[in-house]
Amino acid sequence: MSRDLLAKFAPLIAEREKLKAFQPDPLDVTMEKVLSPTEAIVNGRRTILAGTNNYMAMTFDPDAIAAARAALDRFGTGTTGSRILNGTYALHRRLEETLARFYDRRHAMVFTTGYQANLGIISTLAGRGDYVVIDADSHASIYDACAMGQADVVRFRHNDPEDLAKRLRRLPEDAGKLVVVEGIYSMLGDRAPLRELVAATREFGAQILVDEAHSMGFCGEHGRGIAEELGVDKQVDFIVGTFSKSVGTVGGFCVSDHPYFEVLRFVCRPYMFTASSPPSVVASATVAIDKLARMGEERRALWRKVQRLHAGLKAMGFALGTETVESPIVAVCLPDQDKLFGMSAALLDEGVYVNVARPPATPKGMFLLRCSLGLGHTDEQVDAILEAFARAGRRLGLPVTGTPPCASAASNA
Amino acid sequence: MAQSIDIEAHRETFRRIAALMDPFNPKGVTITPQTTFAGDLDLDSLAVMDLVAAIEDEFDIVIPLNILPELETVGEVAAAVDRIREESR
Repeated sequence: MSRDLLAKFAPLIAEREKLKAFQPDPLDVTMEKVLSPTEAIVNGRRTILAGTNNYMAMTFDPDAIAAARAALDRFGTGTTGSRILNGTYALHRRLEETLARFYDRRHAMVFTTGYQANLGIISTLAGRGDYVVIDADSHASIYDACAMGQADVVRFRHNDPEDLAKRLRRLPEDAGKLVVVEGIYSMLGDRAPLRELVAATREFGAQILVDEAHSMGFCGEHGRGIAEELGVDKQVDFIVGTFSKSVGTVGGFCVSDHPYFEVLRFVCRPYMFTASSPPSVVASATVAIDKLARMGEERRALWRKVQRLHAGLKAMGFALGTETVESPIVAVCLPDQDKLFGMSAALLDEGVYVNVARPPATPKGMFLLRCSLGLGHTDEQVDAILEAFARAGRRLGLPVTGTPPCASAASNA
Repeated sequence: MAQSIDIEAHRETFRRIAALMDPFNPKGVTITPQTTFAGDLDLDSLAVMDLVAAIEDEFDIVIPLNILPELETVGEVAAAVDRIREESR
């Protein structure tokens, strides 16, 4: 008798059963009702969402919603086909033009998800005989792109330009080389030293792709991301991004000035062999990106809120993923899995949702409560999050010191 | 050209790799060419990649990550290192 194909997951199933001891179950969170970009009903309780990627609060933007409604009425619920067959509507073209303008690039290519954008672009750019050189802490979509592609894969130490240079130096001079990094890393919220990484890439004649998924909308003068903020965006060959964070819907993209870029539409399988994004999604993304381009002063409000959360958690003695604020992501480092799930469950009980992140999704075997804020969070909500951390931490017996900076806030109870 | 590498050189490669493995061997397993990364050393894929980075630096070579699924034992990695050094000569 042949072996049951799912039997190999028995240890995982056993572990999952054990984790059900933590209630409310952090691995079984359902948003029963979504009230706003920052609040939902979870387990029947009004809950502050402090673990989303809704950085610019676009999910309930009235103009984006109106555009999505209109597109739904005019173009229907879906395209039922690939971009290279029947799935390119005028809406998709307009979105690509909007993106090219937003990034000041000649070409833009839209994918159905951000995951597919990385999967497709990286696996297609770097082919047999080429090298793809990735940061060790790269997102799963980058690792999966490497597994799918035919290129040889080399990994360099996280955010270490010298290590990148050392590894590039070992590669054959004439081989094609694609360096892949992220602007902001989604788990710890740390930034890439892009100036130095770009310099190392240039020194060895390689090309560089930067994934700005977690930096679009609020980094740089035009909100293009970390490359713009550090003044090296014109030296970046390919920028990949997503609509599922600051843009508030779903989808992915790549922009570039490369003269041959358009050929990718006919060779990139995750672009070709999937249905294109539905009209409503495309319409809301177009409106949201246009709005992001025009947000100047508003962007800065986000940093003030993150500063408040970071300082508050630090004052209570929590170990954080970054010493100072580097992004809207504030990761709280916990010693082990029991504390991680204990804290997460206690926070849900207190009416606060944060992301649970653990190895292998996290670097260096870290157990993280990943908090992230968006423009939608009020100061009162930030204080309520801090209060909840203080109470949950004490319940778990963590050494929580002092009180949150603003003790007025049991406002969400 | 695995045949052209003499046995003493191969042993030396193995010894140098074994010497790098302390941080990846908290249980103090005796390292032999047959020691497996997943089974004997209980290393996850990230730890294996970190070990590979250390080996690359020790020998100043490139070990592409895509060949890792074929390398289950320390001996197999030593053989791959010898082959890569031979090819890059």
